Amino acid sequence: MIDKVENPVLEVHDLTVTYHRKPVLWGIDLTLPGGVLAGIIGPNGAGKSTLIKTIMNIVPAQSGYVEVFGRPVQEVLSRVSYVPQRESVDWDFPASAYDVVMMGRYGKIGLLRRPRKSDKEIVMECLRKVGLEGYHNRQISQLSGGQQQRVFLARALAQGADIYFMDEPFAGVDAATELSIIELLRSMVRQGKTIVVVHHDLHSAQKYFDWIILLNMRLIASGKTKDVFTEKLLQETYGGKLTLLTNISELLEKNQFPVREKK
Amino acid sequence: MSMWEDLLLFLSLKDPNVRYVVLGLILLSSSCALVGCFTFLRKRALSGDALAHSVLPGVCLAFIITGDKQSLPVLLGAIVFGWLSLYTMDYLKRNTILKEDTVIGLVLSVFFGIGLLLLSHIQHSDYVNPSGLDSILFGRAASLVEEDVWWFGITGVILVTVIFALLKEFVLICFDEPFARSISIPVKMLEVILTTLTVMAIVTGIQAVGVVLMAAFLITPAAAARYWTYNIKHMLIYAALISMSSSVAGAYVSYSFPKMPTAPWIVLVLSLVAFFSFLFSPHKGVWKRWMNMRNNSAKILEENILKTFYHLGERENVEMGYYTEQQLNSIRGFKKSDLKKGLRKLIRLGYVKKSGQSYTLTNEGYRKGERIVRLHRLWELYLSNHVKIAADHVHDDAETIEHIITPEIEQKLEELLKSPLIDPHQSSIPPSRW
Repeated sequence: MIDKVENPVLEVHDLTVTYHRKPVLWGIDLTLPGGVLAGIIGPNGAGKSTLIKTIMNIVPAQSGYVEVFGRPVQEVLSRVSYVPQRESVDWDFPASAYDVVMMGRYGKIGLLRRPRKSDKEIVMECLRKVGLEGYHNRQISQLSGGQQQRVFLARALAQGADIYFMDEPFAGVDAATELSIIELLRSMVRQGKTIVVVHHDLHSAQKYFDWIILLNMRLIASGKTKDVFTEKLLQETYGGKLTLLTNISELLEKNQFPVREKK
Repeated sequence: MSMWEDLLLFLSLKDPNVRYVVLGLILLSSSCALVGCFTFLRKRALSGDALAHSVLPGVCLAFIITGDKQSLPVLLGAIVFGWLSLYTMDYLKRNTILKEDTVIGLVLSVFFGIGLLLLSHIQHSDYVNPSGLDSILFGRAASLVEEDVWWFGITGVILVTVIFALLKEFVLICFDEPFARSISIPVKMLEVILTTLTVMAIVTGIQAVGVVLMAAFLITPAAAARYWTYNIKHMLIYAALISMSSSVAGAYVSYSFPKMPTAPWIVLVLSLVAFFSFLFSPHKGVWKRWMNMRNNSAKILEENILKTFYHLGERENVEMGYYTEQQLNSIRGFKKSDLKKGLRKLIRLGYVKKSGQSYTLTNEGYRKGERIVRLHRLWELYLSNHVKIAADHVHDDAETIEHIITPEIEQKLEELLKSPLIDPHQSSIPPSRW
């Protein structure tokens, strides 16, 4: 069940990604319409984070290409925002919540320049949107897990992008914060933004997202939640990896064999 | 000459030698400390050390080729080998199964070994004037001359200018490199610039403190500064100041005691500052944590004594009875000295009165003891009713938790448990007096 849309904001074409020669994503082909809140769902090790890192060109692809708004992602980075996993950074770093959110403006400010008044206002506004207005001077090490996650979210908002890729924004967040974040994301979607979220909780996925991408090393489904959220497709996603695909992956890694012949 | 006059003469910088040494060290130490902050924040302290050791073959080769020991070729040789070592480490990390620590150790010892080999070759051949080249190992901070000051000045200006021009980007790639790449910041280029700055700082730094002590010169000021602030700009300034003052102090020691080596003294002073920071920093110093622990155990002791008074009263059904130390000890095994100390403190605070050999609670003391008992029993009830822990397992937990429950949490417990009267062990829960 792979829904192919006209005029997609995101197109992933025949994407294969390897880590140390071991394929973690096989031939992913998908399209995403604009203005949706999409969830990437799959078990641990399914390659969910890898997929968005490859889309962002942080991890190189072995084959295939990605287009955002019809262009290679490097050409439209100012319209794209990426929210890494919270655990990917050292929160003991000497910085305040304000400092981190300001990082979202760096792409717009440019090299060798200092933040302008407008940047500062945007940062405060974004902190307010995630409910951290009183915390701008707080050291990031002294924030709770949920507050740190909201700092990351505020940083993404500060970028003023049109499409957002978020890696597990609900990890380590309490239930009330999770709801307020989802509300915020929905209001962004209502303004025409597109949001892609890596998520691993099946129960809430159905409630939260209007588009779902089921992933387990390969693409199992991509489409409207009501079409994709079926027992059969979920069974296919969570019912274990394809044994042969795993065997070949391991063989490629063991022999350091390229997954594609050199062109 | 007295120590005092000695110090004044040193600080007046009248002696041109002192002037060059002090000026040179100030320039050098501050620029190394600034660069070192980034090495520290990127958690590359060990590769910084490997880098410092790896420039030795470059220095020796430049000397063998040109026969000169302080000039551009030496600098270039050092830079080439600095980069070569970094590239080798990177290559080995990506293309072998060796882990990072192994790779760093390997590159450090192999490059340094080759350097030592070349150095002993130079010393045993008939080169003109090789003397002093071995100062590359331990530095020659005490014999800096005018030319060095110019070199350090130029390097310092370059380092400081580049760091402050690209500060926000450097901080970003230290904190969150993948994000930096996602916002079209030229991460690769910035990394090359930052590494070049590090190599430059190391190459100039080894002139003063030598290959062996260079890592301390680079990392220690940053490590010490980190203890005093959470603001990265302040951290950079503190690191530079710590490094400058330690260097001048080290230079002073070897000025007044000419047999003392300068570079090791600089590193020694730096380490003392770092050690001091580690002990006494207001945020995360060991002293602060230790005081905190002491205060906690004093609070626990005092509250336990008050509670004991309450328990004794409860047993005999009197509110403010008089009890001796033995009686207090019969309920709860206090250490004798602890009990005396605690009682003295409680008398001072106005919670306990003494008459003869007996003690009794004041009104305030009674309230406080009662509250602790109440919190203990509320918590036991919460554990057994809501956390579903067996009634005979809740006591030990409540023994500690009773000391930390705030009035807000107390109120929440009260609401949740609906103002209970009886705890899981059928003792009555004293009512709230708020």
